[in-house]
Amino acid sequence: MELLNAIVALSNFVLVPAISYGSQLALGALGVTLIYGILRFSNFAHGDTMAFGAMVTILVTWWMQSVGIGFGPLPTALLALPFGILGCIALVLLTDRMVYRFYREQKAKPVILVIVSMGVMFIMNGLVRFIIGPDDQNFADGTRFIVSARDFKEMTGLDEGLAIKTTQGITVVTAFVVVMLLFWFLNRTRTGKSMRAYSDNEDLALLSGINPERVVVYTWLIVATLATVAGVLYGLDKSFKPFTYFQLLLPIFASAIVGGLGSPLGAIAGGFIIAFSEVTITYAWKKVITYVVPERFEPDSLVQLLGTDYKLAVSFVILIIVLLFRPTGIFKGKAL
Amino acid sequence: MKKLLMASAATALIAGAAQAQDVKIGILLGFTGPLESLAPDMAEGAKLAIAEVNESGLFLDGASIEGVNGDTGCIDASLAVASAERLITSDKVNGIVGGMCSGETTASLQNAAIPNGMVMISPSATSPALSTIEDNGLFFRTSPSDARQGQVMADILNDRGIKEVAVTYTNNDYGKGLADSFQAAFEAAGGSVTINTAHEDGKADYSAEVGALASAGGEILVVAGYVDQGGAAIINGSLDTGAFDTFMFPDGMVSETLETNFGNLVEGSFGQHPGNDSDGGARFNELGEAAGFNPTNAFSPESYDAAALILLAMQAAGSTDPQVYKDKVMDVANAPGEQILPGELAKALQILKDGGDVDFVGASAVELIGPGESAGNYREIEFKDGKMVTVGYR
Repeated sequence: MELLNAIVALSNFVLVPAISYGSQLALGALGVTLIYGILRFSNFAHGDTMAFGAMVTILVTWWMQSVGIGFGPLPTALLALPFGILGCIALVLLTDRMVYRFYREQKAKPVILVIVSMGVMFIMNGLVRFIIGPDDQNFADGTRFIVSARDFKEMTGLDEGLAIKTTQGITVVTAFVVVMLLFWFLNRTRTGKSMRAYSDNEDLALLSGINPERVVVYTWLIVATLATVAGVLYGLDKSFKPFTYFQLLLPIFASAIVGGLGSPLGAIAGGFIIAFSEVTITYAWKKVITYVVPERFEPDSLVQLLGTDYKLAVSFVILIIVLLFRPTGIFKGKAL
Repeated sequence: MKKLLMASAATALIAGAAQAQDVKIGILLGFTGPLESLAPDMAEGAKLAIAEVNESGLFLDGASIEGVNGDTGCIDASLAVASAERLITSDKVNGIVGGMCSGETTASLQNAAIPNGMVMISPSATSPALSTIEDNGLFFRTSPSDARQGQVMADILNDRGIKEVAVTYTNNDYGKGLADSFQAAFEAAGGSVTINTAHEDGKADYSAEVGALASAGGEILVVAGYVDQGGAAIINGSLDTGAFDTFMFPDGMVSETLETNFGNLVEGSFGQHPGNDSDGGARFNELGEAAGFNPTNAFSPESYDAAALILLAMQAAGSTDPQVYKDKVMDVANAPGEQILPGELAKALQILKDGGDVDFVGASAVELIGPGESAGNYREIEFKDGKMVTVGYR
């Protein structure tokens, strides 16, 4: 019984939040890594692309809610998601036409593209705030919990509750489906293969008749889709506020680099590594240990390795260690 | 020649306009940043006092006053200093209502106001550190120090019979100052704090903080944060995981946003923010509602009082020079003299013009003590049936 309590407490405060946060980071990092692998630059505008896609979804969700379209126990935002993706695709293709294409034709160095993407980031930043404002927006509806802490306690009779939010469930399921689809696309379809070929060796790909503009357009389509899905899931699970999407950029890049920039599998692993390290290393183990050990060994202190103040430092320490000993990342992406 | 004439005519016009509005009051608040939902009603409060004085026509020699806004970003010291510098050197204000948050206020006071000899009256900077700052008599605040709020919080918890709490604070001067003064007061009163930990605002995820707080445990969670920022995320996380369902909200959290977002979820939670039950508060509420803003939002009354104090001190000194009227601020704020409530500024101006004394009570029962800060009255609130209601004053 005590052991069960310990497991439940651990799941409630560590496993469940970290898995859903990890999925959100993984989806974000996938977008960054694809752009790095195929278009060959670090896209700093990614956080704000996520915000834009989520914003369009929110606006459509509000419209749907106002005319009474719902999705039963699931959030209406899932129905609005395709519209958000379309909006986001339109935005990134427009940016590509107006900004990135020019630099691509100049064969600009990656570092110049990075700076360009920062400019794009500021414009998107402003655009989102201009349309929806800088405040928190709430657009989640439907049932809030799959299992709420109170119900779980009543059902099992344990002292500890386990809460799984609907949004956490949706996040993990959606992330899984999207990732499966992506890998199927990259590995099994002709277009996917041409994208990988273009990423591996641009000249060789061009010689074998791959149309580079087509590859670029497909990349942006996928990136916009991933960004919107990540943005909406994050917004559903936490809250939508343009500023936090900008802040998400750091953990997303950390995930992509730890996993290996340019490697989709690495992006997913990186997302979970960053999420778990943020939560576990700063977790106070007192509660869990109290359940497991006999009474006389119960700890007085919190049994915390590091204060939560150091949460962000943890991900950066991991980042530095990876860059020092394995600069290409865990899954051997491209060296920076 | 024609152009020259036009130009000089235009200059004359501008000069004429400047003469009609020869007094400017800077309103230096965090219009962006973690308290951006409070700032508009605070600015409206200050502008209400300015409008009232303008209407009376009694200020100095019929001078009219203009409010000029400046943004501090609340947690952005460099922005705050730049805005203060702009207000002082380019807009040429005669006094400043602000800053809003403690860290930013310290920065603009030390880097802009003191070097330029400008009076600043903050309506909402509450860090205990500002009590002892070397200010050449230029800095006042119509809000109390958090050392006092910490004591009030300990009293409220004792009265409710709560002995063990967890504390999380926003990692800045305000949060740290309040959390520390609260912990000291609460432990002195026999309570215990299981964990006193910081959270950063604007982060992507707060699972780690919520996990640590839950593990430490406690009857309630004290959230000394900002309602538009990490504070709200911590409450969300605690409610979702079932870690805490009752909270204590200090002044940075008490606002309409809190009621709208969490009203139904935090039944029985309580908190406090500067406020009082004097006639002044009620009078201010009427005036504010008539002027079309929300006067009950936190620190709106204090902003009215800050602006009114500057103007009354100017009237008492017969000068708009900060070096002269700074000595009059304490005089007009405290006894002896005729008590002045909101809406009675015209009366006060007349008394001062005739050489009499006033005791400005204002919207927040102003009584300046020690180094020029409010003695501190607090309104205790509680969530009942999803609504935030007043349960008493301390």
